[in-house]
Amino acid sequence: MAEPQTTPTRPVRFRVHRRKAGDSGGRYDSFEVQLDEQRTVLDGLVAIRKEQDPSLTFRHSCFHASCGTCGMRVNGADVLACVTKVADLGPTVTVEPLANIPLVSDLVVDMGAFYGPFSRAGRPLLRESELVPGSQRAEGIDVLTRYEDCIECGICVSACPLTGSDPRYAGPAALCAAGRVIEEPRDADRLAALRFADGSHGVWRCHVAYECTGACPSNADPGAHIMRLRRAATADRFRRWFGVGRAAR
Amino acid sequence: MSGQRPAAPVATAGPVERRRGWTGWFDPRGRRLGGWAFALNRLTGLGLVAYLYLHLGVLFLLSQGPDGWDAFVDVALSPPILVMDVVLIFGMLLHGLNGIRVGLVGYGMVATRQGALFVGLMIIGAIVLLAATLRVFA
Repeated sequence: MAEPQTTPTRPVRFRVHRRKAGDSGGRYDSFEVQLDEQRTVLDGLVAIRKEQDPSLTFRHSCFHASCGTCGMRVNGADVLACVTKVADLGPTVTVEPLANIPLVSDLVVDMGAFYGPFSRAGRPLLRESELVPGSQRAEGIDVLTRYEDCIECGICVSACPLTGSDPRYAGPAALCAAGRVIEEPRDADRLAALRFADGSHGVWRCHVAYECTGACPSNADPGAHIMRLRRAATADRFRRWFGVGRAAR
Repeated sequence: MSGQRPAAPVATAGPVERRRGWTGWFDPRGRRLGGWAFALNRLTGLGLVAYLYLHLGVLFLLSQGPDGWDAFVDVALSPPILVMDVVLIFGMLLHGLNGIRVGLVGYGMVATRQGALFVGLMIIGAIVLLAATLRVFA
């Protein structure tokens, strides 16, 4: 009987940010984990919590880049830990929580603070279904709904240089949501979303670094939404100032 | 006064702010093309402001008469200063051409092609910089 094939593993050193509620400052703890080349940063963190330190806190759910809960900074880049392979990183993997969002514990950030501006933006969550050409609807399914491209992971907020230096900036995620309301309002208040975006701490605060778009794991393209919002906001101002055309509704 | 000593500051149990601050603008880790453009625009902007004041100082020499000005011209034609002229032209080109990108992208004209636009403008800038460098040292 043939021996079952085993995938070779290598030791990976993890430097993980630690800070619990009540701690006066953060620190980095080191762990060594044996991982094969297919394993991800999230696999490593799960192994650390299971085998070495059950007090390590981090969020995760789906393991395949759908839920957006495992957003974190790995070697300084804002990524989803579940799809970031350790084989693509150096011998040491430094894991930190997302930046620019208040920290709760270790690698867990306060997503309540992240969602705050979403409600002011109109926060669309679902969009019209798009079927792949030639595909068939499953039996018994009459209507398909699809979540927005944005998986609300917070990675764009962490990657944005301006969000890091201006706490009042609405940030790319909320502005991207406002952009979707403008594009496809359904029953949302399009004008309210535009006025939310059109301010010194809204779309005009962006300095076109496009780190949000580059970091976004689901191609929501917040940068382009912000720029299109600027165009819509400019047109709206012209209408208001000069009475040309109709105001945005 | 109750006579009690003021309580020592203690860490709060709630979420703590953890912003990268303005130093994050220059953090090279994980940075992409647009992020580099953003950081370089700030650096070159500061450099050009500094140059503006230097330039005003140099113009002040005109009020000192021909001797002061001629002495400055001798220094200005020395190789180290000529190298600084090239650095200045580099900063002006990068800041100005990236400004065109920011202006075009910022009004939604090429919102999804900002990276290609930056590369294209920087190629133009590199050609102009090369020509200017040859001219400066001619």
